[in-house]
Amino acid sequence: MAYFLFRRTLGFVLTLLAVSVVVFAVMNVLPGDPALTILGMDASEDALAALREQLGLNAPLVTRYFSWVWNALQGDFGLSHSFRVPVSELISERLPMTISLAVAGMLVTLVLALSLGITAAAQHGRAGDWGVMFLSQLGIAVPAFWLSILLVMLFAVKLRWLPPGGFAGWDDPVAALRSLILPTVALALVQSAVLARVTRSSALEVMRQDFVRTARASGLSRRRILWRHVLPNALVPIVTIVGMQFAALVTGTIVIENVFYLPGLGRLIFQSIANRDLPTVQALVMLFAAIVVTANFVVDLLYVVIDPRLKARA
Amino acid sequence: MSHLPLTKTLPALTLAFGLMASASAAAELVIGMQQEPTSLDPTADATASIDSMMTQNVFESLTTVAENGEVQPNLATSWEVSEDGLTYTFKLAEGVTFHDGSTLDAEDVVYSFDRAMGEDSVNPSKDIFEPIESVKAVDPQTVEITLKAKDAFFLFNMGQGDSAVVASESAETNNANPVGTGPFKFDSWTRGDRLTLVKNPDHRDAADVALDKVVFRFISDPAAATAAMMAEELDAFPGFPAPELLPQFEADPRFRVNVGSTEGEVILAMNNAKPPFDNVEVRRAVATAIDRDEIIEGAMYGQAVPIGSFYPPHGTAYVDLTDAYPHDSAKAEEMFEAAGVAGAAMTLRVPPFPYATRSAEIIQNQLSEAGIDAKVENVEWGFWIDEVYKQKNYDMTIIAHTSPNDMGNFARGPDYFYGYDNAEMTALWEQITTEVDPAKRDELLKQGQQMLSDQSVHAFLFQLPLLGVFREGVEGYWSSSPVLYMPLKGVSVAN
Repeated sequence: MAYFLFRRTLGFVLTLLAVSVVVFAVMNVLPGDPALTILGMDASEDALAALREQLGLNAPLVTRYFSWVWNALQGDFGLSHSFRVPVSELISERLPMTISLAVAGMLVTLVLALSLGITAAAQHGRAGDWGVMFLSQLGIAVPAFWLSILLVMLFAVKLRWLPPGGFAGWDDPVAALRSLILPTVALALVQSAVLARVTRSSALEVMRQDFVRTARASGLSRRRILWRHVLPNALVPIVTIVGMQFAALVTGTIVIENVFYLPGLGRLIFQSIANRDLPTVQALVMLFAAIVVTANFVVDLLYVVIDPRLKARA
Repeated sequence: MSHLPLTKTLPALTLAFGLMASASAAAELVIGMQQEPTSLDPTADATASIDSMMTQNVFESLTTVAENGEVQPNLATSWEVSEDGLTYTFKLAEGVTFHDGSTLDAEDVVYSFDRAMGEDSVNPSKDIFEPIESVKAVDPQTVEITLKAKDAFFLFNMGQGDSAVVASESAETNNANPVGTGPFKFDSWTRGDRLTLVKNPDHRDAADVALDKVVFRFISDPAAATAAMMAEELDAFPGFPAPELLPQFEADPRFRVNVGSTEGEVILAMNNAKPPFDNVEVRRAVATAIDRDEIIEGAMYGQAVPIGSFYPPHGTAYVDLTDAYPHDSAKAEEMFEAAGVAGAAMTLRVPPFPYATRSAEIIQNQLSEAGIDAKVENVEWGFWIDEVYKQKNYDMTIIAHTSPNDMGNFARGPDYFYGYDNAEMTALWEQITTEVDPAKRDELLKQGQQMLSDQSVHAFLFQLPLLGVFREGVEGYWSSSPVLYMPLKGVSVAN
């Protein structure tokens, strides 16, 4: 187990290092000049030169990279080129938004997908099954962007039940929850569609196995069989997908944040790439990479918990 | 980032506020903005939305510009100009204070100019300070500015956000915590969500300011902007991003739509320094190939005024040159043939603005009718400003020039991305900038428009419109803007 943890941690660090090199290189290969995007079309040459000096853009690339790594190791991600405030400040003020949305989206996705998937499996070949399959096909086909607009048109513009967008923070929890409802639903519907199908096929797989027949024969109720025997055994592929989905969910927030004009990390990374704000992009990509790698790590740990047979191998 | 639970204090607070509530509710205006800036300092960043939020609202300058383009007193209540037109003596308003309580005097003005003109200045419009020789404080209420040469646009330029007067104590932190002298004080900025200003009770014109609070909400997506307006989350969207969505507001009695003009000339720029566009006949052929009405109809849903040269139709010196090259595909094709570029392939590189990307598709089609194969390349802004603007690596592009008085672009010579180098035009612009008599200057500006049209330097498309959507009861907004800002001083809202 100790060796397993050590290997994973090393992999984690190496992945992040590789990511940081790639981002640094890509951002510098991209045409675009941070000074020019800040000062615009009427800027004079000496104003541009002065700004480049201020932003430390005149140092050689390699020097800039290593000083970035050195500072990052001490928890200092530098100043944002475009906002001129510490990157850590930018991230900390937006993190609650994106985390709230991703977590809420994940919870709703799990509840929806598991119940629909299990229902479909139980109703295999009958109306309920067809219904769930049709809905999930629809969910996969509908772009999140379009679905979001529809939700806003109905619940915010027509019925006036919920705000059309924006998020003012958790100071007012009721308002915060109300602003999260529509984006969460938009995010979760698309994700649930995929997960419901995986749950269904995985559950069907388990239901064909001998122990389920034995359980049936011994007169256990259908419901008990489904939730106590089928679902736990069907979890391995489901957890894999959920782990992968968590990464998709974080990136999915980018689209959602734009439609619902939410102050989250997705919009920040968008804006920072457009502004060639290297320190901010660098920190954000590292953060996203860390989230994805961590999610995979958690999934691996869950396997061990779910499936005792893997313990010996770990 | 921990927050104290407010739930315990809320009831007490609401009770207190309830008891304090006066007869008149606070006037609050919520404004939608498409573009969120990354800095709030108009003297250090060119982002247009900084001006629309900050200039003449939070920051003030010596002069200001009215809706009709007229220069008016502001921090300077009056000024005298010397015989030779080179020395301006400004009298400053009495008792002006910055929002942090410090007093404004001539030293602050001198500091602001030194900061904008200095070696390491990052002012995005450093050029407008170029004609200035010296800035001196005569006494605490008097500033003397001496010019190197006469500058017809000097007083106008002194009314821009780039010339905002700032205090040395706060200048360096204005990017995130702006401190000015204006009728509104900066209150808070939740990046990505909203920016709030509150009325400045100490302002010399506070009695005329109707709004107590102004909230800017940042919504970049046009569909989301429409929904937010329709759900009455916003009172105003002065720069509405999508002309195709206006009819539903026009049909709704709750809203008022305003179509005004801006200083933005939208042009199909051709790289004059590069074949085939170094040949005037080719440029004229392009001008003949395009059909402005079709472009305006398709790209702007009919909401724009065509232009035939580089000057706004609402300006006093405007000459209508839209008929200089009447649209005629067959004739254009002959012209391309005569110039030896028939069937040539060209690239049209466009920045990611709807007016540009939509116009590009229509122009591509119009050029193909004249036998030219134009490839459209949609690029992002960072790429455009580096590759097209700075490296001048392009055949054709579409861009709006939003600054006022910018015919001088054509006098920038081969260094500018137009690749246009014409001594006659440079000399003419020199005359225009130093001619202080408005009537004579207009005469020269007319010559300039004629010259640019005759040489068909670019294909001139249309004036960028100002599309605004307002909730009924919002009054006092400018319907057209001769500058990049829009003062909120005279705006009111009926609840």
